[in-house]
Amino acid sequence: MTDRVGLVGELRAVVDPQFVIADAETRRPFECDGLAIYRQMPMLVVLPGSADEVAQVMRICHRHNVPAVARGAGTGLSAGAMPHGEGVLLGLSRLAAIRAIDPLARTARVEPGVTNLSISQAAAPFGLYYGPDPSSQIACTIGGNVAENAGGVHCLKYGLTVHNVLAAKLVTVEGEILELGGPAQDAAGYDLMALITGSEGLLGVLVEVTVKLLPTPERAQVVVAGFATLRQAGDAVERLIGEGIIPAGLEMMDGLAIRAAEDFAHAGYPTEAEALLLCEVDGSAAEVAAQIARVDRVMRSFDPLRITVSQSEAERAALWKGRKSAFPAVGRISPDYYCMDGTIPKRELSNVLEGIARLSRHYGLRVANVFHAGDGNLHPLILFDASKPGETERTEEFGARILELCVKAGGCITGEHGVGLEKIRQMPAQFSDAEIAQFLAIKAAFDPTGALNPGKGVPLLAQCREYRAVSGARF
Amino acid sequence: MADLEAQLAEQVTAAAAAKRPLRIAGGATKTAILGRAIEGEVLAVGGHSGIVSYQPTELVLTARAGTPLTEIEAALAERGQALSFEPPHFGAGATLGGTLACNLSGPARPWGGSIRDMVLGVRLINGQGERLRFGGQVMKNVAGFDVSRLQAGALGTLGVITEVSLKVLPKPQATMTLVEESSDADAIQTMNRLAGRPWPITGAAWFDHRVHLRLAGEPEAVQAARREMGAMAEGDESFWTELREQRLDFFRGAVPLWRLSVGSTAAPLEKGQATLIDWGGALRWLRGGEAAHRQDQAAKAGGHASLFRGGDRTGEVAHPLPPALVAVHRRLKAALDPAGVLNPGRLYGWL
Repeated sequence: MTDRVGLVGELRAVVDPQFVIADAETRRPFECDGLAIYRQMPMLVVLPGSADEVAQVMRICHRHNVPAVARGAGTGLSAGAMPHGEGVLLGLSRLAAIRAIDPLARTARVEPGVTNLSISQAAAPFGLYYGPDPSSQIACTIGGNVAENAGGVHCLKYGLTVHNVLAAKLVTVEGEILELGGPAQDAAGYDLMALITGSEGLLGVLVEVTVKLLPTPERAQVVVAGFATLRQAGDAVERLIGEGIIPAGLEMMDGLAIRAAEDFAHAGYPTEAEALLLCEVDGSAAEVAAQIARVDRVMRSFDPLRITVSQSEAERAALWKGRKSAFPAVGRISPDYYCMDGTIPKRELSNVLEGIARLSRHYGLRVANVFHAGDGNLHPLILFDASKPGETERTEEFGARILELCVKAGGCITGEHGVGLEKIRQMPAQFSDAEIAQFLAIKAAFDPTGALNPGKGVPLLAQCREYRAVSGARF
Repeated sequence: MADLEAQLAEQVTAAAAAKRPLRIAGGATKTAILGRAIEGEVLAVGGHSGIVSYQPTELVLTARAGTPLTEIEAALAERGQALSFEPPHFGAGATLGGTLACNLSGPARPWGGSIRDMVLGVRLINGQGERLRFGGQVMKNVAGFDVSRLQAGALGTLGVITEVSLKVLPKPQATMTLVEESSDADAIQTMNRLAGRPWPITGAAWFDHRVHLRLAGEPEAVQAARREMGAMAEGDESFWTELREQRLDFFRGAVPLWRLSVGSTAAPLEKGQATLIDWGGALRWLRGGEAAHRQDQAAKAGGHASLFRGGDRTGEVAHPLPPALVAVHRRLKAALDPAGVLNPGRLYGWL
């Protein structure tokens, strides 16, 4: 057993004592992240105030053999930041300084607790911004973004987090600070930036990140088109890409999502439509003018019920508001919802949506679909009521079936939310035992005792066999 | 066009059992450059070749590692697409697997990304001869560690790449090259300033007292940017191919060629000495000089130096790592290749 009192004493010697939280009431808000159906009270919450304090806390945890779970803003959707019952929850929210912005080099060096949006706000006076824009960007932190390799609605053109970070400082499980990457386009030796991006807090704790900044486009315009069928919208997406257009954003919503969003945001969406496409292009004014005409022509060739091209920044924002508030909008039409995150090849969209509809009938649960159509990332939102006995379990099972459907269609179980605790049972659906064993060996290369975010991201081989036996029995 | 993965895996398994080092070869166009000279039984991946799938509207191409780049580029061109990272070939036989292992990207790299950026997934034989698959054939996949991108620049020391899935992009409809007389210091300022503007730039290099810029995109956008950039002369587009393939005069001769990958705004590294600047300032090519001096220059400019071609290739050619990272590299190598049989010593003598 861990000597909790001794541990608290040691931690309070290195971190301001009020930020070493032992009482249950103050620990309570940390018991879950954005996926609140998974909860666990941490033994302790520690909120260090500097990179050096993080390193010292890790050294103490290492000496006591206490697990540590890093947390940014807790907006994650895979329970990746759910605490460990016998561990320290390491909150990085106090490390929230923007250290430097270099406008000529187009980089920003920031602490991990800085929010995604605030980087773009700080860069705006220089005509620059930070590319990836997950829907939680007001609240989510860059440390969490790197840990999860966060995406957003502009990935197809501007990439994921992994394409937009240059350097990081990582505290190891032993409390040593590693400096990875740098201002250059590549680094000597192995590409450790690629390895730690999306590693879900399993390999180390981020204490500083240097991101790339992009020039703010001169102009952006969005075309919104409603269609009678999902197939028309899917075909329009194929045609757009086939014609060589790479939109800045290309989003699709199904009927239930359209109507929920319209009720909530009054964006002017056609509520009689069964599919809605939002296609945004950005760049120089000349580039946008040329592309928007092509997008408009392609959309019209698929007989839209209604088509709108934004003519002002205000109108563009209004048209996006419906899509950006799709999750809370769905939250209003159901007591609870569960957001999935599978990816599929775009050509499989109709098949996968039909499969989801079939499962929806089987489980007696409604689904609203929101789709990053440009990059094949599907977010089915399962509507349920946690207060009804057994419904949460049925929802989880339904979600698992959706992910297996995605893998069978040639896709994968998570596009941007991460595996965390939530999808650990589906890892064996995507990876063989030898591949999981390879992940575990990489994990051990950084964290031999398994003290960093235990039980998340990569399952143990014994668990894989168990999951395979269970899912084999079901089919 | 053949699937040799099973045979390749058998050869690795046998080598691992005997602790016999393997030297991985694709098209053998980079044997004498980039890494250290090493001995070992040849593991010939070149015959493991062929495009496995190509879906233009998915923007994804999957090909076996031994597939020649020329074959891939021809297939893409037929559908109006291209490799946005514009890989150098350095010879007719250049393969996809070798390009990933070397993380080679051309002048478009700061704008079009590197091959590391465009990799979606790989099939891989680890040092124990196990055939593994990481990543996928979709744009986004965050399940498990990113073992695919980890291969970029690892020079085959972390696995035998047998298949690669890549994101591909439409070929720009129009391109234009602009040229202007400039000092190196001014060129670095200009290239960085322009890269911060929302214009369709896909190349920025300085060589022989002249800055070269490339615009690519919608024809109207290229013309509009050209007007905004003022009175620059139009140049020859073949410059970018000559630069990418290192056929410019600068690259001729046997004097060792140093590659310094640095922060794009770093001031000129050397006065008097001929330098070629690519990647909008982030890549500096220099000829000759002592290793310690080049490494010091690169480190001060926020980057690293490597002996790209020529010189003593039995000593270290890559930039030295701090002890903490040496330890991480050794442990990662052991995690993927416990017997140490995959290209040992190619990246670093101790790895």
